[in-house]
Amino acid sequence: MRRVAITGAGAISALGRNTSEFAAALREGRSGLAPIQSIDASQLRFQNGGEVKDYSHQPYFDDRRADFMDRFAQFAVIAAREAVEDAHVEWTPELRETSAIITGSCVGGQSTEDLGFVEIYKFARNRVHPLTIPKTMANAGASHISMEFGITGPAFTISTACSSAGHAIGQAYQMVATGASDLAISGGSEAPFSMGILKAWEAMRVVSQETCRPFSKDRRGMILGEGAAMFVLEPLEAAVARGVHIHAEIVGFGMSADACHITQPSMEGAARAMRAALRSAGLAPEQIGYINAHGTATLANDLTETAAIRNVFGAHADRLAISSTKSMHGHTLGAAAALECLATAIALRDGVLPPTANYSEPDPECDLDVIPNVARHQQVEYALSNSFAFGGLNAVLALRKVT
Amino acid sequence: MSDEMIQRVLKVIATSKRIPLETVTIDSQFEALGIDSMDAVEILFALEGEFDISIPDEEVRTVRSVRDMCAGVERLLAAKDAGAPAGQ
Repeated sequence: MRRVAITGAGAISALGRNTSEFAAALREGRSGLAPIQSIDASQLRFQNGGEVKDYSHQPYFDDRRADFMDRFAQFAVIAAREAVEDAHVEWTPELRETSAIITGSCVGGQSTEDLGFVEIYKFARNRVHPLTIPKTMANAGASHISMEFGITGPAFTISTACSSAGHAIGQAYQMVATGASDLAISGGSEAPFSMGILKAWEAMRVVSQETCRPFSKDRRGMILGEGAAMFVLEPLEAAVARGVHIHAEIVGFGMSADACHITQPSMEGAARAMRAALRSAGLAPEQIGYINAHGTATLANDLTETAAIRNVFGAHADRLAISSTKSMHGHTLGAAAALECLATAIALRDGVLPPTANYSEPDPECDLDVIPNVARHQQVEYALSNSFAFGGLNAVLALRKVT
Repeated sequence: MSDEMIQRVLKVIATSKRIPLETVTIDSQFEALGIDSMDAVEILFALEGEFDISIPDEEVRTVRSVRDMCAGVERLLAAKDAGAPAGQ
């Protein structure tokens, strides 16, 4: 097995248009959650979201190309471009043939589909735009990345709700580790701000009517977000030989299924995924210094995740720093694990642990050190990034600081 | 609370949870009926349709029994009759 380095990173989210803006916001504990602008939210029970502010495709894609891309696919390509540039990838015909692309997305281009269905059901027009299917399909992000760079190797998309990008990055890590691919572009993208999708989330009654306060006693649910994060993964040895900057090393990946309930989280399932990640990395629980929590700020997730962390880490749980950066970029569903893997890599790289923003009141059932509101300067060697999806499908990545 | 309203609530619960109507009484606790939080959200959705009301999210966290649910519906119906925006 080969060691795997993150040599490129790209991000677009409520916290800015690139990774350095993302890192700056996390460091400052600055939330990007704000009143929803891209649609009229007056008919919704919640008004706030983590949108990419004032987004237009124009600085990124010419109009004709954008015609073929739902917003989620645009975000995927924007983040992948930054990651590839950051990694200083030198394409050769061989590398293009063996590179992998694995993306995660939960709702894919359903915003496009939603608009098409308005034509059918509301305006009785009896037809939808011919690009509805290619814009809606969840693999469009991976496909447009492949066309962007001329990558002809294995490319596919994983859709496991809020763990999508975690499973995608984990799969990419394994493909690079085993030698199946010498380079992988992986991450997740999401753009769920259309009325039909938001109404479906409203109906579940898990979205906060104010803001996202993970682990805080007065938490009232998640805030939805949009965006993408993509990475370039390659063998550590190759990265060192090329002399490129390494953000962090991926050292392990754990998965589990709750096999329990379609929406209720399971303490055992979350704990099994964290244990699997530690086992895969060959790490003892005591070696972990930071966990980027799933931390959705729903009543159920945060207390279940707290119990799971206590179950896995025992007494060490009280020495761990954990935080939920969803408090700043929102819950970006299929992109969440990618933005959070990025937040974890940045925390290790810079020695600054991002805070849990909007935290106001301790909850005895969430009694961990959640880095309330203010980032912490602390060098950590190993960290986990947790993702626990609806459907009970869990993905945990283990990362190591590279010095 | 009127018997008519209570019977409608019991029927909504039984239909939504797909359990025999006779198993649901005004004194039933959700836990005893096997109603978890997702079931409760579905029942609230069905009650909104049945009574033409809008139930705030806050109710999901507090309602634990059929009696709580009936009381909540009664409160929202009264607010609706008084002309206040339902669920606000």
